[in-house]
Amino acid sequence: MTTTPHPEAPPTASGFFGEARTGDLVALALAAVIASLVLSDWPVAIGTWLGNDIFVRYWPRLAEGLGVTLQLVAISIVLGGLLSLPLALARFRNRGFASTLAYGYVYFFRGTPLLAQTFLVYYGAGEFSDTLRGIGLWGFFKEAYWCVLLTFSLNTAAYQAEILAGAIRAVPRGQWEAAHALGLSKPVAFVKIILPQAFVTALRPYGNEVILMIKGSAVASVVTVFDLMGATRLAANRTFDEQVYLWAAVVYLLLVETIRRVWDLIERGLTRHLRRRA
Amino acid sequence: MDRIESLIQLLAWGPNGWGDEIAAGTAITVALGIATLPFGLLLGFLIALAKHSGGRTARMFGNLYTTVFRGLPELLTLLIIYYGGQRLIQEVQALLVEDPEPIEVNAFVAGMVALGMVFSAYSSEVFLGAFKGITIGQIEASRALGLSRLLTLRLVVLPQLWRFALPGIANLWLILLKETSLVSVIALPDLLRSTFIAVGVTKEPFFFFLVACLIYLVLAMISSIGIGWIERWANRGERRAGA
Repeated sequence: MTTTPHPEAPPTASGFFGEARTGDLVALALAAVIASLVLSDWPVAIGTWLGNDIFVRYWPRLAEGLGVTLQLVAISIVLGGLLSLPLALARFRNRGFASTLAYGYVYFFRGTPLLAQTFLVYYGAGEFSDTLRGIGLWGFFKEAYWCVLLTFSLNTAAYQAEILAGAIRAVPRGQWEAAHALGLSKPVAFVKIILPQAFVTALRPYGNEVILMIKGSAVASVVTVFDLMGATRLAANRTFDEQVYLWAAVVYLLLVETIRRVWDLIERGLTRHLRRRA
Repeated sequence: MDRIESLIQLLAWGPNGWGDEIAAGTAITVALGIATLPFGLLLGFLIALAKHSGGRTARMFGNLYTTVFRGLPELLTLLIIYYGGQRLIQEVQALLVEDPEPIEVNAFVAGMVALGMVFSAYSSEVFLGAFKGITIGQIEASRALGLSRLLTLRLVVLPQLWRFALPGIANLWLILLKETSLVSVIALPDLLRSTFIAVGVTKEPFFFFLVACLIYLVLAMISSIGIGWIERWANRGERRAGA
Protein backbone atom coordinates (compact mmCIF):
# COMPACT_ATOMS: atom_id res chain seq x y z
CA MET A 1 0.00 0.00 0.00
CA THR A 2 1.31 3.35 -0.93
CA THR A 3 1.89 5.92 1.70
CA THR A 4 -0.49 8.79 1.68
CA PRO A 5 1.19 11.80 0.16
CA HIS A 6 1.76 14.82 2.28
CA PRO A 7 -1.27 17.04 2.18
CA GLU A 8 -0.54 20.29 0.45
CA ALA A 9 0.48 23.05 2.71
CA PRO A 10 -2.57 25.00 3.78
CA PRO A 11 -2.94 28.29 1.97
CA THR A 12 -1.38 31.07 3.89
CA ALA A 13 -3.67 33.80 5.08
CA SER A 14 -3.58 36.62 2.60
CA GLY A 15 -5.33 39.91 2.39
CA PHE A 16 -6.68 41.76 -0.60
CA PHE A 17 -3.31 42.23 -2.24
CA GLY A 18 -2.12 38.68 -1.75
CA GLU A 19 1.22 38.30 -0.10
CA ALA A 20 2.98 41.57 0.43
CA ARG A 21 6.05 42.20 -1.69
CA THR A 22 8.57 44.97 -1.54
CA GLY A 23 7.16 46.28 -4.83
CA ASP A 24 3.87 46.96 -3.05
CA LEU A 25 5.60 49.17 -0.54
CA VAL A 26 7.29 51.06 -3.36
CA ALA A 27 3.93 51.55 -5.07
CA LEU A 28 2.27 52.83 -1.92
CA ALA A 29 5.23 55.07 -1.11
CA LEU A 30 5.12 56.54 -4.62
CA ALA A 31 1.39 57.16 -4.28
CA ALA A 32 2.02 58.94 -0.99
CA VAL A 33 4.70 61.11 -2.64
CA ILE A 34 2.35 62.09 -5.49
CA ALA A 35 -0.43 62.93 -3.05
CA SER A 36 1.92 65.00 -0.91
CA LEU A 37 3.08 66.92 -4.00
CA VAL A 38 -0.46 68.25 -4.39
CA LEU A 39 -1.35 68.60 -0.74
CA SER A 40 1.75 69.84 1.03
CA ASP A 41 4.60 72.19 0.27
CA TRP A 42 7.69 70.22 1.19
CA PRO A 43 9.13 70.74 -2.32
CA VAL A 44 9.07 74.50 -1.62
CA ALA A 45 11.00 73.93 1.58
CA ILE A 46 13.63 71.99 -0.39
CA GLY A 47 13.69 74.69 -3.06
CA THR A 48 14.25 77.34 -0.40
CA TRP A 49 17.02 75.28 1.10
CA LEU A 50 18.67 74.92 -2.31
CA GLY A 51 18.18 78.62 -2.92
CA ASN A 52 16.30 78.03 -6.20
CA ASP A 53 14.08 81.11 -6.43
CA ILE A 54 12.31 80.10 -9.62
CA PHE A 55 11.32 76.79 -8.10
CA VAL A 56 10.06 78.39 -4.91
CA ARG A 57 8.03 80.92 -6.89
CA TYR A 58 6.51 78.56 -9.46
CA TRP A 59 6.23 75.22 -7.71
CA PRO A 60 2.84 76.05 -6.12
CA ARG A 61 1.43 76.64 -9.62
CA LEU A 62 2.86 73.34 -10.84
CA ALA A 63 1.37 71.51 -7.87
CA GLU A 64 -1.98 73.09 -8.62
CA GLY A 65 -1.55 72.05 -12.24
CA LEU A 66 -0.83 68.49 -11.16
CA GLY A 67 -4.15 68.55 -9.30
CA VAL A 68 -5.93 69.75 -12.45
CA THR A 69 -4.29 67.01 -14.53
CA LEU A 70 -5.35 64.33 -12.05
CA GLN A 71 -8.88 65.72 -11.98
CA LEU A 72 -9.16 65.88 -15.77
CA VAL A 73 -7.92 62.32 -16.21
CA ALA A 74 -9.98 60.83 -13.38
CA ILE A 75 -13.26 62.44 -14.44
CA SER A 76 -12.84 61.75 -18.15
CA ILE A 77 -11.85 58.12 -17.54
CA VAL A 78 -15.04 57.59 -15.49
CA LEU A 79 -17.34 59.47 -17.89
CA GLY A 80 -15.70 57.78 -20.86
CA GLY A 81 -16.14 54.42 -19.13
CA LEU A 82 -19.87 55.02 -18.73
CA LEU A 83 -20.19 56.04 -22.37
CA SER A 84 -18.09 53.10 -23.56
CA LEU A 85 -20.59 50.47 -22.37
CA PRO A 86 -23.41 51.31 -24.81
CA LEU A 87 -20.79 51.84 -27.54
CA ALA A 88 -19.27 48.41 -26.94
CA LEU A 89 -22.70 46.81 -26.90
CA ALA A 90 -23.69 48.53 -30.13
CA ARG A 91 -20.54 47.14 -31.77
CA PHE A 92 -21.93 43.63 -31.22
CA ARG A 93 -24.93 44.18 -33.42
CA ASN A 94 -24.16 42.92 -36.89
CA ARG A 95 -26.03 45.61 -38.73
CA GLY A 96 -28.30 48.51 -38.15
CA PHE A 97 -28.08 52.16 -37.30
CA ALA A 98 -26.66 51.82 -33.79
CA SER A 99 -23.86 49.55 -34.92
CA THR A 100 -22.84 51.83 -37.80
CA LEU A 101 -22.97 54.85 -35.53
CA ALA A 102 -20.80 53.18 -32.88
CA TYR A 103 -18.34 52.04 -35.54
CA GLY A 104 -18.11 55.54 -37.01
CA TYR A 105 -17.72 57.07 -33.55
CA VAL A 106 -14.89 54.77 -32.55
CA TYR A 107 -13.19 55.12 -35.93
CA PHE A 108 -13.34 58.91 -35.80
CA PHE A 109 -12.05 59.32 -32.27
CA ARG A 110 -9.30 56.74 -32.61
CA GLY A 111 -8.22 57.91 -36.04
CA THR A 112 -7.78 61.63 -35.42
CA PRO A 113 -5.34 63.47 -33.14
CA LEU A 114 -6.60 64.41 -29.68
CA LEU A 115 -5.34 67.94 -30.28
CA ALA A 116 -7.47 68.31 -33.41
CA GLN A 117 -10.50 66.98 -31.51
CA THR A 118 -9.86 69.49 -28.73
CA PHE A 119 -9.69 72.34 -31.25
CA LEU A 120 -12.86 71.09 -32.90
CA VAL A 121 -14.81 71.17 -29.65
CA TYR A 122 -13.27 74.28 -28.09
CA TYR A 123 -13.14 76.61 -31.09
CA GLY A 124 -16.01 74.91 -32.86
CA ALA A 125 -18.31 75.57 -29.90
CA GLY A 126 -17.54 79.28 -30.17
CA GLU A 127 -19.12 79.31 -33.61
CA PHE A 128 -22.40 78.07 -32.16
CA SER A 129 -22.34 80.40 -29.16
CA ASP A 130 -25.76 81.91 -29.97
CA THR A 131 -27.43 78.52 -30.25
CA LEU A 132 -25.64 77.28 -27.13
CA ARG A 133 -26.67 80.43 -25.24
CA GLY A 134 -30.22 79.74 -26.36
CA ILE A 135 -30.28 76.30 -24.75
CA GLY A 136 -28.31 77.44 -21.72
CA LEU A 137 -25.14 75.46 -22.45
CA TRP A 138 -22.88 78.39 -23.29
CA GLY A 139 -21.66 78.67 -19.71
CA PHE A 140 -20.31 75.13 -20.15
CA PHE A 141 -18.71 75.54 -23.57
CA LYS A 142 -17.07 78.91 -23.01
CA GLU A 143 -14.77 77.42 -20.37
CA ALA A 144 -11.73 75.71 -21.87
CA TYR A 145 -11.67 73.33 -18.89
CA TRP A 146 -15.13 71.92 -19.60
CA CYS A 147 -14.48 71.67 -23.33
CA VAL A 148 -11.31 69.73 -22.67
CA LEU A 149 -13.09 67.49 -20.19
CA LEU A 150 -15.79 66.77 -22.76
CA THR A 151 -13.26 66.06 -25.52
CA PHE A 152 -11.18 63.76 -23.33
CA SER A 153 -14.28 61.87 -22.18
CA LEU A 154 -15.48 61.37 -25.76
CA ASN A 155 -11.97 60.35 -26.84
CA THR A 156 -11.33 57.82 -24.08
CA ALA A 157 -14.84 56.42 -24.52
CA ALA A 158 -13.87 55.28 -28.00
CA TYR A 159 -10.68 53.58 -26.78
CA GLN A 160 -12.43 52.04 -23.76
CA ALA A 161 -15.24 50.75 -25.98
CA GLU A 162 -12.66 48.85 -28.04
CA ILE A 163 -11.05 47.45 -24.88
CA LEU A 164 -14.39 46.40 -23.45
CA ALA A 165 -15.66 44.89 -26.69
CA GLY A 166 -12.48 42.85 -26.99
CA ALA A 167 -12.72 41.69 -23.38
CA ILE A 168 -16.37 40.68 -23.72
CA ARG A 169 -15.51 38.73 -26.86
CA ALA A 170 -12.75 36.96 -24.91
CA VAL A 171 -15.19 35.48 -22.34
CA PRO A 172 -15.68 31.82 -23.34
CA ARG A 173 -18.96 30.99 -25.04
CA GLY A 174 -19.59 28.27 -22.43
CA GLN A 175 -20.21 30.97 -19.83
CA TRP A 176 -23.22 32.18 -21.82
CA GLU A 177 -24.46 28.63 -22.25
CA ALA A 178 -24.03 27.79 -18.57
CA ALA A 179 -25.90 30.94 -17.57
CA HIS A 180 -28.66 30.04 -20.01
CA ALA A 181 -28.84 26.50 -18.65
CA LEU A 182 -29.26 27.93 -15.15
CA GLY A 183 -32.27 29.85 -16.39
CA LEU A 184 -30.69 33.31 -16.29
CA SER A 185 -32.09 35.78 -18.76
CA LYS A 186 -29.65 37.31 -21.22
CA PRO A 187 -29.40 40.74 -19.55
CA VAL A 188 -28.86 39.18 -16.11
CA ALA A 189 -26.27 36.79 -17.50
CA PHE A 190 -24.51 39.70 -19.16
CA VAL A 191 -24.39 41.92 -16.08
CA LYS A 192 -23.66 39.22 -13.51
CA ILE A 193 -21.63 36.61 -15.39
CA ILE A 194 -20.05 38.04 -18.52
CA LEU A 195 -19.26 41.63 -17.61
CA PRO A 196 -17.36 40.90 -14.37
CA GLN A 197 -15.11 38.43 -16.20
CA ALA A 198 -14.64 40.86 -19.06
CA PHE A 199 -13.54 43.54 -16.61
CA VAL A 200 -10.86 41.27 -15.21
CA THR A 201 -9.48 40.65 -18.71
CA ALA A 202 -9.68 44.36 -19.46
CA LEU A 203 -7.80 45.47 -16.36
CA ARG A 204 -4.40 45.66 -17.99
CA PRO A 205 -5.48 47.54 -21.13
CA TYR A 206 -7.51 49.87 -18.90
CA GLY A 207 -4.33 50.64 -16.98
CA ASN A 208 -2.57 51.46 -20.24
CA GLU A 209 -5.44 53.70 -21.22
CA VAL A 210 -5.16 55.63 -17.94
CA ILE A 211 -1.47 56.20 -18.61
CA LEU A 212 -2.11 57.23 -22.21
CA MET A 213 -4.74 59.65 -20.93
CA ILE A 214 -2.30 61.21 -18.44
CA LYS A 215 0.18 61.76 -21.25
CA GLY A 216 -2.48 62.92 -23.69
CA SER A 217 -3.97 65.35 -21.19
CA ALA A 218 -0.93 67.58 -21.73
CA VAL A 219 -2.60 68.94 -24.87
CA ALA A 220 -5.12 70.69 -22.61
CA SER A 221 -2.40 73.28 -22.08
CA VAL A 222 -2.67 74.32 -25.74
CA VAL A 223 -6.18 75.67 -25.17
CA THR A 224 -5.21 77.63 -22.05
CA VAL A 225 -6.03 75.06 -19.38
CA PHE A 226 -3.51 75.29 -16.56
CA ASP A 227 -2.91 71.63 -15.98
CA LEU A 228 0.60 70.45 -15.07
CA MET A 229 1.78 71.11 -18.61
CA GLY A 230 0.00 74.47 -18.79
CA ALA A 231 1.52 75.66 -15.50
CA THR A 232 4.91 74.48 -16.73
CA ARG A 233 4.65 76.39 -19.99
CA LEU A 234 3.51 79.50 -18.14
CA ALA A 235 6.47 79.29 -15.75
CA ALA A 236 8.92 78.63 -18.61
CA ASN A 237 7.59 81.54 -20.66
CA ARG A 238 7.79 83.96 -17.76
CA THR A 239 11.24 82.97 -16.51
CA PHE A 240 12.85 82.15 -19.89
CA ASP A 241 14.30 79.18 -18.07
CA GLU A 242 13.88 75.73 -19.61
CA GLN A 243 14.70 73.89 -16.39
CA VAL A 244 10.99 74.10 -15.56
CA TYR A 245 10.32 71.53 -18.28
CA LEU A 246 12.66 69.12 -16.55
CA TRP A 247 10.81 69.44 -13.23
CA ALA A 248 7.59 68.71 -15.09
CA ALA A 249 9.25 65.70 -16.70
CA VAL A 250 10.18 64.33 -13.29
CA VAL A 251 6.63 64.83 -11.99
CA TYR A 252 5.07 63.18 -15.05
CA LEU A 253 7.45 60.21 -14.78
CA LEU A 254 6.69 59.83 -11.07
CA LEU A 255 2.99 60.00 -11.82
CA VAL A 256 3.05 57.44 -14.62
CA GLU A 257 5.27 55.08 -12.63
CA THR A 258 2.97 55.39 -9.61
CA ILE A 259 -0.15 54.63 -11.64
CA ARG A 260 1.58 51.65 -13.26
CA ARG A 261 2.63 50.16 -9.94
CA VAL A 262 -0.59 50.88 -8.08
CA TRP A 263 -2.54 49.46 -11.01
CA ASP A 264 -0.45 46.28 -10.88
CA LEU A 265 -1.27 46.05 -7.20
CA ILE A 266 -5.00 46.44 -7.81
CA GLU A 267 -4.85 43.91 -10.63
CA ARG A 268 -3.12 41.39 -8.39
CA GLY A 269 -5.78 41.96 -5.74
CA LEU A 270 -8.65 41.49 -8.14
CA THR A 271 -7.23 38.37 -9.78
CA ARG A 272 -6.02 36.62 -6.64
CA HIS A 273 -8.69 33.93 -7.09
CA LEU A 274 -7.16 33.03 -10.46
CA ARG A 275 -3.66 32.46 -9.17
CA ARG A 276 -2.39 29.04 -8.35
CA ARG A 277 -1.39 28.86 -4.75
CA ALA A 278 2.23 27.94 -4.28
CA MET B 1 -27.54 75.39 -49.49
CA ASP B 2 -25.75 78.71 -50.02
CA ARG B 3 -23.96 78.15 -46.75
CA ILE B 4 -22.60 74.80 -47.88
CA GLU B 5 -21.54 76.28 -51.20
CA SER B 6 -19.71 79.14 -49.52
CA LEU B 7 -17.98 76.68 -47.19
CA ILE B 8 -16.86 74.55 -50.11
CA GLN B 9 -15.55 77.66 -51.81
CA LEU B 10 -13.35 78.29 -48.79
CA LEU B 11 -11.49 75.13 -49.74
CA ALA B 12 -10.76 76.43 -53.24
CA TRP B 13 -7.22 76.40 -54.62
CA GLY B 14 -5.38 79.68 -55.03
CA PRO B 15 -5.49 83.05 -53.27
CA ASN B 16 -9.22 82.99 -52.53
CA GLY B 17 -9.40 79.62 -50.86
CA TRP B 18 -7.49 77.62 -48.31
CA GLY B 19 -7.25 74.40 -50.29
CA ASP B 20 -3.61 74.87 -51.30
CA GLU B 21 -2.53 75.97 -47.80
CA ILE B 22 -4.16 72.94 -46.23
CA ALA B 23 -2.68 70.67 -48.88
CA ALA B 24 0.78 72.10 -48.16
CA GLY B 25 0.18 71.47 -44.45
CA THR B 26 -0.86 67.91 -45.19
CA ALA B 27 2.35 67.47 -47.16
CA ILE B 28 4.39 68.65 -44.16
CA THR B 29 2.49 66.27 -41.85
CA VAL B 30 3.17 63.34 -44.14
CA ALA B 31 6.79 64.40 -44.70
CA LEU B 32 7.39 64.66 -40.96
CA GLY B 33 5.92 61.20 -40.42
CA ILE B 34 8.00 59.68 -43.22
CA ALA B 35 11.17 61.45 -42.07
CA THR B 36 10.68 60.28 -38.48
CA LEU B 37 10.08 56.64 -39.40
CA PRO B 38 13.60 55.50 -40.43
CA PHE B 39 15.20 57.43 -37.57
CA GLY B 40 12.77 55.98 -35.02
CA LEU B 41 13.09 52.48 -36.45
CA LEU B 42 16.89 52.47 -36.43
CA LEU B 43 17.14 53.93 -32.94
CA GLY B 44 14.43 51.55 -31.72
CA PHE B 45 16.29 48.59 -33.17
CA LEU B 46 19.55 49.64 -31.50
CA ILE B 47 17.76 50.06 -28.16
CA ALA B 48 16.16 46.65 -28.61
CA LEU B 49 19.58 45.13 -29.33
CA ALA B 50 20.92 46.75 -26.17
CA LYS B 51 18.04 45.37 -24.12
CA HIS B 52 18.14 41.95 -25.74
CA SER B 53 21.81 41.10 -25.95
CA GLY B 54 23.71 43.95 -24.36
CA GLY B 55 25.66 43.83 -21.14
CA ARG B 56 24.39 44.99 -17.79
CA THR B 57 24.96 48.67 -18.44
CA ALA B 58 23.50 48.57 -21.94
CA ARG B 59 20.41 46.78 -20.67
CA MET B 60 19.95 49.29 -17.87
CA PHE B 61 20.32 52.19 -20.28
CA GLY B 62 17.83 50.62 -22.68
CA ASN B 63 15.27 50.08 -19.97
CA LEU B 64 15.72 53.58 -18.59
CA TYR B 65 15.37 55.08 -22.07
CA THR B 66 12.16 53.14 -22.67
CA THR B 67 10.69 54.07 -19.30
CA VAL B 68 11.43 57.76 -19.77
CA PHE B 69 10.22 58.24 -23.32
CA ARG B 70 7.16 56.07 -22.91
CA GLY B 71 6.27 57.85 -19.67
CA LEU B 72 6.65 61.48 -20.73
CA PRO B 73 3.86 63.26 -22.57
CA GLU B 74 4.89 63.60 -26.22
CA LEU B 75 4.21 67.32 -26.04
CA LEU B 76 6.65 67.72 -23.16
CA THR B 77 9.34 65.70 -24.96
CA LEU B 78 8.85 67.93 -27.98
CA LEU B 79 9.19 71.15 -25.98
CA ILE B 80 12.25 69.85 -24.12
CA ILE B 81 13.95 68.96 -27.40
CA TYR B 82 12.91 72.22 -29.06
CA TYR B 83 13.78 74.70 -26.28
CA GLY B 84 16.44 72.59 -24.60
CA GLY B 85 18.09 71.96 -27.99
CA GLN B 86 18.13 75.69 -28.60
CA ARG B 87 19.80 76.28 -25.25
CA LEU B 88 22.29 73.48 -25.79
CA ILE B 89 23.33 74.77 -29.21
CA GLN B 90 23.77 78.29 -27.83
CA GLU B 91 25.99 77.07 -25.02
CA VAL B 92 28.12 74.94 -27.30
CA GLN B 93 28.40 77.90 -29.69
CA ALA B 94 29.42 80.22 -26.87
CA LEU B 95 32.23 77.83 -26.03
CA LEU B 96 33.48 77.63 -29.60
CA VAL B 97 33.11 81.14 -31.00
CA GLU B 98 33.53 84.57 -29.47
CA ASP B 99 30.48 86.36 -30.78
CA PRO B 100 28.06 83.69 -31.92
CA GLU B 101 25.35 84.28 -34.47
CA PRO B 102 22.17 82.78 -33.06
CA ILE B 103 21.14 79.54 -34.76
CA GLU B 104 17.45 78.73 -34.68
CA VAL B 105 16.51 75.13 -34.07
CA ASN B 106 14.43 74.07 -37.02
CA ALA B 107 10.92 73.10 -35.85
CA PHE B 108 10.80 70.26 -38.37
CA VAL B 109 14.05 68.77 -37.10
CA ALA B 110 12.99 69.22 -33.46
CA GLY B 111 9.71 67.46 -34.24
CA MET B 112 11.52 64.69 -36.06
CA VAL B 113 13.96 64.10 -33.20
CA ALA B 114 11.32 64.24 -30.45
CA LEU B 115 8.78 62.05 -32.23
CA GLY B 116 11.57 59.72 -33.31
CA MET B 117 12.72 59.25 -29.73
CA VAL B 118 9.20 58.46 -28.56
CA PHE B 119 8.74 56.15 -31.56
CA SER B 120 12.01 54.36 -30.83
CA ALA B 121 11.05 53.75 -27.19
CA TYR B 122 7.86 52.01 -28.30
CA SER B 123 9.36 50.26 -31.33
CA SER B 124 12.21 48.84 -29.23
CA GLU B 125 9.57 46.90 -27.28
CA VAL B 126 8.07 45.66 -30.54
CA PHE B 127 11.49 44.49 -31.76
CA LEU B 128 12.15 42.87 -28.40
CA GLY B 129 8.95 40.87 -28.81
CA ALA B 130 9.94 39.96 -32.36
CA PHE B 131 13.32 38.66 -31.15
CA LYS B 132 11.41 36.11 -29.09
CA GLY B 133 9.90 34.71 -32.28
CA ILE B 134 13.30 33.55 -33.49
CA THR B 135 14.17 30.27 -31.81
CA ILE B 136 17.59 29.74 -30.29
CA GLY B 137 18.04 26.67 -32.50
CA GLN B 138 18.28 28.85 -35.58
CA ILE B 139 21.04 30.92 -34.04
CA GLU B 140 22.89 27.74 -33.02
CA ALA B 141 22.44 26.26 -36.49
CA SER B 142 23.83 29.33 -38.19
CA ARG B 143 26.78 29.38 -35.78
CA ALA B 144 27.35 25.71 -36.54
CA LEU B 145 27.46 26.59 -40.24
CA GLY B 146 30.27 28.99 -39.41
CA LEU B 147 28.39 32.27 -39.84
CA SER B 148 29.77 35.11 -37.79
CA ARG B 149 27.57 36.94 -35.30
CA LEU B 150 27.06 39.83 -37.71
CA LEU B 151 26.24 37.53 -40.62
CA THR B 152 23.82 35.60 -38.41
CA LEU B 153 22.08 38.88 -37.62
CA ARG B 154 21.97 39.88 -41.27
CA LEU B 155 21.06 36.61 -42.94
CA VAL B 156 19.07 34.74 -40.30
CA VAL B 157 17.64 37.14 -37.75
CA LEU B 158 16.76 40.31 -39.68
CA PRO B 159 14.79 38.74 -42.56
CA GLN B 160 12.44 37.12 -40.01
CA LEU B 161 12.53 39.87 -37.43
CA TRP B 162 11.02 42.57 -39.60
CA ARG B 163 8.12 40.31 -40.53
CA PHE B 164 7.37 39.55 -36.87
CA ALA B 165 7.67 43.23 -36.01
CA LEU B 166 5.52 44.47 -38.88
CA PRO B 167 2.08 44.49 -37.19
CA GLY B 168 3.42 46.33 -34.13
CA ILE B 169 5.33 48.85 -36.25
CA ALA B 170 2.25 49.43 -38.41
CA ASN B 171 0.30 50.28 -35.26
CA LEU B 172 3.02 52.69 -34.15
CA TRP B 173 2.98 54.36 -37.55
CA LEU B 174 -0.73 55.13 -37.19
CA ILE B 175 -0.04 56.61 -33.75
CA LEU B 176 2.92 58.61 -35.10
CA LEU B 177 0.75 60.09 -37.83
CA LYS B 178 -1.59 61.49 -35.19
CA GLU B 179 1.23 62.69 -32.96
CA THR B 180 2.74 64.82 -35.72
CA SER B 181 -0.11 67.23 -34.96
CA LEU B 182 1.76 68.28 -31.80
CA VAL B 183 4.40 70.11 -33.84
CA SER B 184 1.76 72.71 -34.63
CA VAL B 185 2.42 73.93 -31.08
CA ILE B 186 5.98 74.92 -32.06
CA ALA B 187 4.65 76.77 -35.10
CA LEU B 188 5.55 74.28 -37.82
CA PRO B 189 2.88 74.81 -40.50
CA ASP B 190 1.65 71.22 -40.59
CA LEU B 191 -1.93 70.20 -41.37
CA LEU B 192 -3.33 71.29 -38.02
CA ARG B 193 -1.38 74.56 -37.95
CA SER B 194 -2.46 75.59 -41.45
CA THR B 195 -6.03 74.77 -40.51
CA PHE B 196 -5.61 76.94 -37.44
CA ILE B 197 -4.41 79.85 -39.58
CA ALA B 198 -7.34 79.37 -41.94
CA VAL B 199 -9.71 79.47 -38.97
CA GLY B 200 -8.12 82.69 -37.72
CA VAL B 201 -8.96 84.41 -41.00
CA THR B 202 -12.27 82.83 -41.99
CA LYS B 203 -13.82 82.44 -38.52
CA GLU B 204 -15.16 79.03 -39.51
CA PRO B 205 -13.58 76.83 -36.79
CA PHE B 206 -16.02 73.94 -36.86
CA PHE B 207 -15.88 73.42 -40.59
CA PHE B 208 -12.11 73.71 -40.92
CA PHE B 209 -11.20 71.55 -37.93
CA LEU B 210 -13.66 68.94 -39.14
CA VAL B 211 -11.93 69.00 -42.52
CA ALA B 212 -8.57 68.59 -40.77
CA CYS B 213 -9.89 65.60 -38.80
CA LEU B 214 -11.24 64.04 -41.99
CA ILE B 215 -7.86 64.49 -43.70
CA TYR B 216 -6.20 62.71 -40.77
CA LEU B 217 -8.75 59.91 -41.17
CA VAL B 218 -8.03 59.67 -44.89
CA LEU B 219 -4.29 59.50 -44.17
CA ALA B 220 -4.96 56.67 -41.70
CA MET B 221 -7.09 54.85 -44.28
CA ILE B 222 -4.42 55.16 -46.96
CA SER B 223 -1.85 53.91 -44.43
CA SER B 224 -4.02 50.92 -43.57
CA ILE B 225 -4.31 50.00 -47.22
CA GLY B 226 -0.55 50.37 -47.65
CA ILE B 227 0.11 48.31 -44.53
CA GLY B 228 -2.18 45.54 -45.73
CA TRP B 229 -0.31 45.49 -49.02
CA ILE B 230 3.11 45.33 -47.31
CA GLU B 231 1.93 42.60 -44.94
CA ARG B 232 0.64 40.45 -47.77
CA TRP B 233 3.90 40.96 -49.63
CA ALA B 234 5.99 40.21 -46.53
CA ASN B 235 4.13 36.98 -45.83
CA ARG B 236 4.01 35.81 -49.45
CA GLY B 237 6.27 32.87 -48.61
CA GLU B 238 4.18 31.75 -45.65
CA ARG B 239 1.90 28.81 -46.17
CA ARG B 240 -1.55 29.55 -44.90
CA ALA B 241 -3.98 26.99 -43.50
CA GLY B 242 -6.50 26.03 -46.15
CA ALA B 243 -4.53 27.56 -48.97
